[in-house]
Amino acid sequence: MLDLLNGFVVELRNAGLPVSLTENLDAMEAVQHIPIEDREAFKYALGATLIKNHAHWRSFETVFEVYFSLRGPEYKLVEGDEDTDIDELWRELQEQQKQEGTGGAGGLDNLTPEEIAQMLMSALMNGDQGMMRAMAKQAVQRFAGMEPGRPVGGTYYLYRTLRNLDLDSMLEKMMESTRDEAGELTPLEERLEKEEYEDRIDKFKGEIEAEIRRRLVADRGAEAMAKTLRKPLPEDVEFMHASRDEMVALKKSLYPLTRKLAARLARKRKHGRKGPLDFRNTVRHSLSYGGVPAEPKFKYPRPAKPELIVVADISGSVAAFARFTLMLVYAIQNQFSKVRSFVFIDGIDEVTDYFRATEDITEAIHRVNTEADVVWVDGHSDYGHAFEVFWERYGKDVGPKSTVLLLGDARNNYHASQSWVVKEIQHKARHVYWLNPEPRSYWNTGDSIVGEYGTFTDGVYECRNLRQLETFVEKLA
Amino acid sequence: MTTTDAGVPSAGTATQRFDSVQGVRTALRDVQYLADEGIAGVAYLADRLGKPVLVEGPAGTGKTQLAKSIAEITGSRLIRLQCYEGLDESRALYEWNYKKQLLRIQTERGEGEDWTEIKDDIFSDEFLLTRPLLEAITATDPVVLLIDEVDRVEVETEALLLEILSDYQVSIPELGTITATQIPLVFLTSNNTRELSEALKRRCLYLHVDYPQLDREKEIVLAKVPDITEQLADQVARIVRSIRQLDLKKSPSVSETLDWARTLMLLNIDTIDEQTAKETLNVLLKYQTDIAKAAKELSVDE
Repeated sequence: MLDLLNGFVVELRNAGLPVSLTENLDAMEAVQHIPIEDREAFKYALGATLIKNHAHWRSFETVFEVYFSLRGPEYKLVEGDEDTDIDELWRELQEQQKQEGTGGAGGLDNLTPEEIAQMLMSALMNGDQGMMRAMAKQAVQRFAGMEPGRPVGGTYYLYRTLRNLDLDSMLEKMMESTRDEAGELTPLEERLEKEEYEDRIDKFKGEIEAEIRRRLVADRGAEAMAKTLRKPLPEDVEFMHASRDEMVALKKSLYPLTRKLAARLARKRKHGRKGPLDFRNTVRHSLSYGGVPAEPKFKYPRPAKPELIVVADISGSVAAFARFTLMLVYAIQNQFSKVRSFVFIDGIDEVTDYFRATEDITEAIHRVNTEADVVWVDGHSDYGHAFEVFWERYGKDVGPKSTVLLLGDARNNYHASQSWVVKEIQHKARHVYWLNPEPRSYWNTGDSIVGEYGTFTDGVYECRNLRQLETFVEKLA
Repeated sequence: MTTTDAGVPSAGTATQRFDSVQGVRTALRDVQYLADEGIAGVAYLADRLGKPVLVEGPAGTGKTQLAKSIAEITGSRLIRLQCYEGLDESRALYEWNYKKQLLRIQTERGEGEDWTEIKDDIFSDEFLLTRPLLEAITATDPVVLLIDEVDRVEVETEALLLEILSDYQVSIPELGTITATQIPLVFLTSNNTRELSEALKRRCLYLHVDYPQLDREKEIVLAKVPDITEQLADQVARIVRSIRQLDLKKSPSVSETLDWARTLMLLNIDTIDEQTAKETLNVLLKYQTDIAKAAKELSVDE
């Protein structure tokens, strides 16, 4: 037991989750108090003691599922008798089918794909959990075509299974049959029904994923699988390589992050160090002590809020990064006296008004992507031309109060760099920073000329994930 | 008052309030708090391990209610400390009753009493004003301590809580260390407006309470709104889930769901159609942009 838990904690730490020694001890104590056969309770006990941040829960769950998926028989942690459960279900089902005279005599394995689809549909429509699990198992066995030792990831099998099941058209069919049963549905009812089915289908997909994972772990062992299935924490996901799911997770974690950041910055401003002695105020207060300056008063420094100018490359590869930076900057815009934003690919356009017109940052970002006029010739990044135009049109707005942020990977497609613009900006502005979403080791390789621009800035920062972005923004304000 | 050096009572010696996870769940159900597996499990562990629980989650998901319900089922007194910015020792822990101390000194003046005697006297229990935290520690009857919205206090103030959370004791320089006679159940709630310090998190069990699943929400509606029909409750829960899936500024909370169900009951509505849904949306949503968005979504099919 001790070894098992220790191994689990090591696995969690490998996945990047911070687990301290006391938390580990707590977990050890906690599991003594719960019935060990109860898998859910066991999971929650570990979760409550080891995970102290909700954003980490998903990673924890993945590690847990992988690590404990096959430890059943020896430790009695897992529902070791799950198979018999399902077998029973199958048998029941067969009997049912015999009675109805529809099913084949040879059990589930001999069913045709059509029959499987039919059964799945009825399971989904009735919301029958046990049946859905059995179907998931069957579907994986039949469609995934898993071969022992084959070095492909779980997503490949998942894709194959889902393609064969064709859940989208199943949703359609389910909606149709509901319509047939209930007669006409109002749009509202229809919407609700559809969402209910979608929810069930999602659950079913989850079952399939779990089944595939179980089989993979059985094949290759928990340690190997934990490594391949490990999911990065939302704040560690790289902007440039985020999958669609990860993007959604990123967006979700961005909002609480901005609130935290804003609160922290406001506090920093308020509780800053004390300023120099305020002579007038001290003398005034000394009157109540008979002229003795017993209570010295200090001037509170009110640091000027910087004026921010964001110039972002929104061409394909770095678009996501620009989007997140803009979102973050605008979410905390009251920490700056003014924020102006420009986007470019090879042409440049000001997008400040999009953000001013609406309170909804997501909508503003959407407009930036669709309406901003950023293409000049061919729609490939041309930093040189964009900077040149920027200087020509808006250069006069850059003043000693401005902090200029340049966002992009500086992959200039071998155009002229026009780095003199950055030099000029540096002369006029308070600070110029360059944020680069590429890993540091890629800088200045190929057509990247971040080094050339970098010499004229006050710093080039690697911003590959939310964590790095957050650190930078905090430093900025 | 116990200024003993008896040491910290360990979890093992404390009387155990719950028998099993399932027991907690049923008991909570009896007081109309529908807990899921996670909530009941953590409450049970909190009792067994004698550790505080940090409850996090969106506003209006029943975090405070959980503490209240636990107090109810264990028959304990609920001591509540509402946190706010600027909360300090004298509001949270204890304060010397300065006026009474002055009076004491005044009355004894001129009677030639020794200063050390007076000093010993004025720094005693009699002149101590207990605030929620100290009260929870010194209580002899069973108590549940609720520290509400702990994320509102400054990081520095959090440190005040650390001693009480890990050792269940309070050190008062003039009196010595006051140790709890019994371990109270402690709940801290947070709306997650800032990251709490590692030190605080480490001392607590962590529980994240999210918006309930469809079935649970329906049950909550059924339990909390008298006379509601099963069908209406089902519809309410489904529409609320549908609305939560939209990208809104503030998703409807459980309490708002209940308000909405009550509103529909008052209006004598037994099935919700688009029209009624749209007209009563302002009970669920509190931002004009959100209402507009939801109304648009609900009326457009597919």
